[in-house]
Amino acid sequence: MTTAPVSPVSVPEKLLLAVVGLGLLLLLPVAFDGDAARAQQCFFAALGLLSAGTLGWSWWKFGRGPTGVHHNNLWLRGSTGRGALAWLTAVVLTGFYVVLYWFSNDNGQGNFGPLNQLIHALDPVSQALRRRPADQWFLYGTFYTLAVLLMGGRALWKYRHSPYQRIRTASVMFFQLGFAFLLPGLLLAFQRPEYYFSYFWPLKYDYLFPGTVSYLLKDGGPALGVFMVFWGAVMSFVATPVLTYFFGKRWYCSWVCGCGGLAETAGDPYRHLSDKSRAAWRWEVRLIYPILGFIVLVTALLWLGSAGVLPGWFTTPQQSGLPLVGGLSPVDGLSKVYGFFIGSIFSGVIGVGFYPLMGSRVWCRFGCPMAAYLGLLQKHFSRFRISTNGGQCISCGNCSNVCEMGIDVKQYAQRGEPIVRASCVGCGLCSTACPRGVLNLENGPREGRMQSSQLISADSLRILG
Amino acid sequence: MHLVIIGNGITGVTCALTARRLQPAARITLVADESPHHISRPALMYVYLGHLRPQDIKPYDDWFWAENRLELVHATATTFDAQARTVTLSTGAALSYDKLLLATGSRSRSGQWPGRELAGVQGFVTLPDLEQMTRDTHSIGQAVVVGGGLIGIELAEMLAAKGVGVTMLIRDAHYWGSVLPPEEAALVQRQLAAHHIAVRYGTELAALLPDTQGRVRAVQTTTGEELPAQWVGLAIGVEPNTELAQTAGLEVARGILVDEQLKTSAPHVYAAGDCAQHRQPAPGEVAVEQLWYTGRQQGETVAYTLCGQPRPYRRGVWFNSAKFFDLEYQTYGRVPARPDPAEHSFCWQHPNGRHLLRLNFRRDTLAVTGLNVLGLRHRHEAWHAWLQAGTPAPQVLAELGAANFDPEFFRQYEADIVAAFNRQFPQHPVALRRRKGLFGR
Repeated sequence: MTTAPVSPVSVPEKLLLAVVGLGLLLLLPVAFDGDAARAQQCFFAALGLLSAGTLGWSWWKFGRGPTGVHHNNLWLRGSTGRGALAWLTAVVLTGFYVVLYWFSNDNGQGNFGPLNQLIHALDPVSQALRRRPADQWFLYGTFYTLAVLLMGGRALWKYRHSPYQRIRTASVMFFQLGFAFLLPGLLLAFQRPEYYFSYFWPLKYDYLFPGTVSYLLKDGGPALGVFMVFWGAVMSFVATPVLTYFFGKRWYCSWVCGCGGLAETAGDPYRHLSDKSRAAWRWEVRLIYPILGFIVLVTALLWLGSAGVLPGWFTTPQQSGLPLVGGLSPVDGLSKVYGFFIGSIFSGVIGVGFYPLMGSRVWCRFGCPMAAYLGLLQKHFSRFRISTNGGQCISCGNCSNVCEMGIDVKQYAQRGEPIVRASCVGCGLCSTACPRGVLNLENGPREGRMQSSQLISADSLRILG
Repeated sequence: MHLVIIGNGITGVTCALTARRLQPAARITLVADESPHHISRPALMYVYLGHLRPQDIKPYDDWFWAENRLELVHATATTFDAQARTVTLSTGAALSYDKLLLATGSRSRSGQWPGRELAGVQGFVTLPDLEQMTRDTHSIGQAVVVGGGLIGIELAEMLAAKGVGVTMLIRDAHYWGSVLPPEEAALVQRQLAAHHIAVRYGTELAALLPDTQGRVRAVQTTTGEELPAQWVGLAIGVEPNTELAQTAGLEVARGILVDEQLKTSAPHVYAAGDCAQHRQPAPGEVAVEQLWYTGRQQGETVAYTLCGQPRPYRRGVWFNSAKFFDLEYQTYGRVPARPDPAEHSFCWQHPNGRHLLRLNFRRDTLAVTGLNVLGLRHRHEAWHAWLQAGTPAPQVLAELGAANFDPEFFRQYEADIVAAFNRQFPQHPVALRRRKGLFGR
């Protein structure tokens, strides 16, 4: 079939995109400029151009004119339709993560490798916030927060007709800026442990590891350290089930979580790229629950080991000669393997690097143990469901298209069935994008939660296998 | 039993799915020439807009058909012999059947204007129509859309999104004059204006003018205006595809004539959906129904009859929906375009021109008879129950929150609506008892 015509890009839009591109290009000389002062000026000029360009372009494209869902040309443009620009973006993002994770460690003399100049350019900011020089994680946190804020601005303009989307977007921006950037920085400034109050076990898996708990209790001081440990445990084991019971997993995944926050803002242009096939769903189930099992096992073994109830072999360092875990005890080795493959490669490199090719929720959908835990609660112990509106569905597929979690929403809507799926993060875009007002996120009573509409005859055929 | 269904639109597919459920052992074959697999025709516009890819508008994945033993034949059924019970295909093959369903759907009405055959002039209903439009609208500057209905406004939205200047020619004095009351049409006009669509009301097409290559260059209107257009969309309605039925000698009027069980004049041959014409439509109902929803309902009904559980087609409480650019529309029950003297028609509008609710109810019993909402989402189940029971309007308004299907945090207008009702009908005072809550449904 011939490709539909693509609307021309207007001159002001091209100019604004050029500003964004210039900002990105300016980051290159920063990395390689020998003059630290000039590199720093260049760095802030780059951030200024990036910010002004992104916000200006977002306003130009989404902030003017009639409000509504206008996904025009989404699949027709290379940048959002897996074209050359998308591949380039993916390679750059993935490359950045590889350098950040494995080639940016301090060499002991304050040199952070290829990112060194970028990191030191942030020293004044880091000094102001954290009263210490910047490191690679501060650079990452700054970029991450900036991405959430700038692309959050885009999302606010794009979905400005929907109060649900406005409030939800403001929420992820708030939690990223306040709880995942400013507060951890301030804690460091006050010589306290850098603690993220918006991340919980098992996503932030080490927060309930015995090593972290004893460190928090020691370094956090008598009151704050106890509070941090208490907060982590209560959020994981009390608040999570209770809030999920009332609101579904969305209270976390698309309102609070930083990974979700990035997906909902910077990842919004890529949300439709998630694979909706039955095969993808099978991979999801095959991966995410074993990963949850893995981290539960590692956590349990660490506690049992520290309590001294495991046979000594488990906690004795072994000279196995294996890569990555050589010289570690089996329990520590498992923890290391989890951190390397799941914590770094999956959540970072694949999770964000592959945004432009596989959509914005690869990590959340296939890898995140917190999402798995929340999903089990959502499916079996929650009031949350997405209701479908009687017989109004026309099977157009817009709902499935915008589902970043790869749920084939229309399979439910066209049968009049409420959508109760472990993976649904409740972003609400299916409801926002539905042209016939068919979908609605509801927290109604559990009674009748799975009840199909009587106004459409739900075929009892096996659809989802 | 071998059930052969001609047509893989919503009617044919719903019949196939229902028949599979009722008769797990039956052999079911779908014959269609438009596309190898079932597609959602209302979604064609989203492929053009680039919201979706062609494969995204298949309601079921390709594996679905084989797993449910639904045989798909991608060919044209050229004729059938009702005595021998065989269908002849364009491939030369013949299919024998026990029961035959004609679900051949409809096509654009083409009109008789001079220049109708020019390149760049077409209707928009089918997948081939989309392909043609996709080919013919590259690098055009202006287009004209003829017709003020649902397809007309879809075409306007599609073209405008590609930067094409669009003029709509609308015969009536306002948009969709046969269906919408003037207040609703005025809100749609606001959308048209906001999206820079030029509209000529009370104007029809007179002629299509060619360029030297046999492409359309401009249109002439009945008001004598000449509008340049490199592409013209004809959206003046659809007409049933009846060739196959006619070739086989069935009784055909506008559509294929069927009784209330959707039986045609030939034994073991049925027709449903857009292509069928009811010999005796129920009072107030039309003989030829051409909607996604009625196609689905007819397909389901005929499946019962085909599977030996005959039942008459009853449409039940009417409903429909559409979206005019950014304005969503839902309707439940009956809201005629012109007021019915036996009914009150209460209409509330938000001053911002983006929300409207019209409630019709009987003057004698106050029973609700129909609802139009624009820019508000309402719950189908709630209205189905109220309309079926003939619930009095004041009671419905007091409970109006139960029908609110807008997403969380959306402004709730029930109090404004009830206040407006109390001003207009002080003799039927209403106190709002039910608002939409965070934990209700």
